[in-house]
Amino acid sequence: MTSIETAAPRFGDLAAGDRVAGQLYTDPEIFAEEMKKIFYRTWVWVAHESEIPEAGSFKTTQVGDQPVIVTRDRKNTFNTLLNRCRHRGATVCDQRTGKANGFTCPYHNWSYTLDGRLRGIPYPDGYEGVVDKNDYPLQKLRTESYLGMIWATFNADAEPLEDFLGDAKLWMERFLKQSNGHPTKVLGSHKFRFRGNWKIQLENTTDGYHFPMVHKSWMASVDAETANMMSFMDDPAAETHALGNGHSVAIMAASHADLDIDDGTEEIQPRFQHLVDELVAAGEPMDRVRRYMRSMHGCGFNLNMFPNVAMSSSFFRILVPISVDVTEVWHMAIGMDGGPESINRERLRIHEHFQGPFGFGSPDDAEGWDRVQIGAGGNPTMPILVNRGEGRERISDEGWPTAHVTDETGMRESYSMWKKMMSDV
Amino acid sequence: MSDTLTLGLTDTRVLRAIELVWTEATLLDAKDYLGWEALYTDDAMYVIPIDPNTNDHETSLNMVYDDKRMRRLRVERMTQGYAPSAVAAARTVRIVSRFTVAEVSDTVVTLRSAQILNSFKRNAFATVGAELTHRIELSPEGDKIALKVARLIDSEDAVSASGFLV
Repeated sequence: MTSIETAAPRFGDLAAGDRVAGQLYTDPEIFAEEMKKIFYRTWVWVAHESEIPEAGSFKTTQVGDQPVIVTRDRKNTFNTLLNRCRHRGATVCDQRTGKANGFTCPYHNWSYTLDGRLRGIPYPDGYEGVVDKNDYPLQKLRTESYLGMIWATFNADAEPLEDFLGDAKLWMERFLKQSNGHPTKVLGSHKFRFRGNWKIQLENTTDGYHFPMVHKSWMASVDAETANMMSFMDDPAAETHALGNGHSVAIMAASHADLDIDDGTEEIQPRFQHLVDELVAAGEPMDRVRRYMRSMHGCGFNLNMFPNVAMSSSFFRILVPISVDVTEVWHMAIGMDGGPESINRERLRIHEHFQGPFGFGSPDDAEGWDRVQIGAGGNPTMPILVNRGEGRERISDEGWPTAHVTDETGMRESYSMWKKMMSDV
Repeated sequence: MSDTLTLGLTDTRVLRAIELVWTEATLLDAKDYLGWEALYTDDAMYVIPIDPNTNDHETSLNMVYDDKRMRRLRVERMTQGYAPSAVAAARTVRIVSRFTVAEVSDTVVTLRSAQILNSFKRNAFATVGAELTHRIELSPEGDKIALKVARLIDSEDAVSASGFLV
């Protein structure tokens, strides 16, 4: 008897520390495998708690390429439910956000509760002795929340969320200090698509190297203080740390990395003087006003959490993989739930200035990403280099591989996790 | 059909306003951003909102919320040659039609219209649909745009990053 051995493709071998094959952006088989081995297996960010503020609130999104509903039920528990009726597979919710008592499939009106239980079947006599409603809830993903950020996973055996976040947790805490003691609130979302693979975007969040080149026009449009804050190319305090599990942090403005620490030397930007005057007139103490102003541009770093969410300077950045060569990006403006509304309005204006399909920054990023996708198809086996700064990488006191913010330490961390997950059988 | 709509079809003040909207479309297709900027009054706002229903753009997140200063910066960005997306921007052809008149006087005309913008870049065609609102200030010295709101029909979903204006 003869046997034919069919080895499964060893996609994990296509990433090798300081380089990855261009094929990782272009091969539909790899994309399909990534859905199975990464997006269905690890924690995927789905919502911020402020997006679903009350019992009955919900939001629809995706985990990998699968449609889900994130709900807050009557017990204020967060649920992530596959948006697929158990009867014939139609989506049971078609709205982006809203408030509901439950979800009813429009096809045959099977209805479900906010936590996914099958509540009602019309004309049930045909199902007597055939269907027990307890056996047909909406498929429910494991859902856990940390500091208001909600993640879900299809993997019942996944490690606890906080273990997965690991050393990223410290940076999440620092990031959220920009809310100045108030709860963080999502103020709105820019959504756009580019014609490229999701990992091209994943790389970008801790890529300080591209910033002065790609965003020259934005740098020319902001005041001198803001431009100076983002002039990190020669700043030795601007570093990138690999945090483990694919996570990394790129610190562009070290003086803002912990907003609780203020040495008093930074001058408040003249562009915010009208706000200073308003807040002082309203009786806010000067140290508090200073805190608000220093938090205006965010936290001074980009925290990239594998595989799909970043806390980026002053906003959340979400990537949604649509297909091997199409990716959706959400830039979610955040502000304070409470505190002076004028601060939130100013944050909206700052966000609009850079982000979104008509911002002064996002379209230029997308131009680069589109071209990577096209160019990488030129010779899919030729490696993409992520080796910048290897020669000067060191281990920090915390034990993190560390190099300059313009180095590709963060990408190497992401691809290390990618390789590990894609090598699993 | 409303009285204002009927009036609009024959009113020369409305025709002046429509002519200005078409001039704006021509300048944007030609990427003549300096010419485009000159069509606006000093206190004009140019807005592309995300929320299709709100008129409170100041407290909402928008795709564009430009006063005079931001329009100036935007025109600089689009023309200075440093923005890769603007340098490689798609070619566009837009059609503005289906005008209705919301307001007309000797000094102000407010028009609503539909715009279909066709773009072409790197072998890909795209269509952007939008509802436009223009408030036009009429003056013997030259008519100008005092407000433009472009409501994209897909504003709440993913919009392709753009190197041009709508």
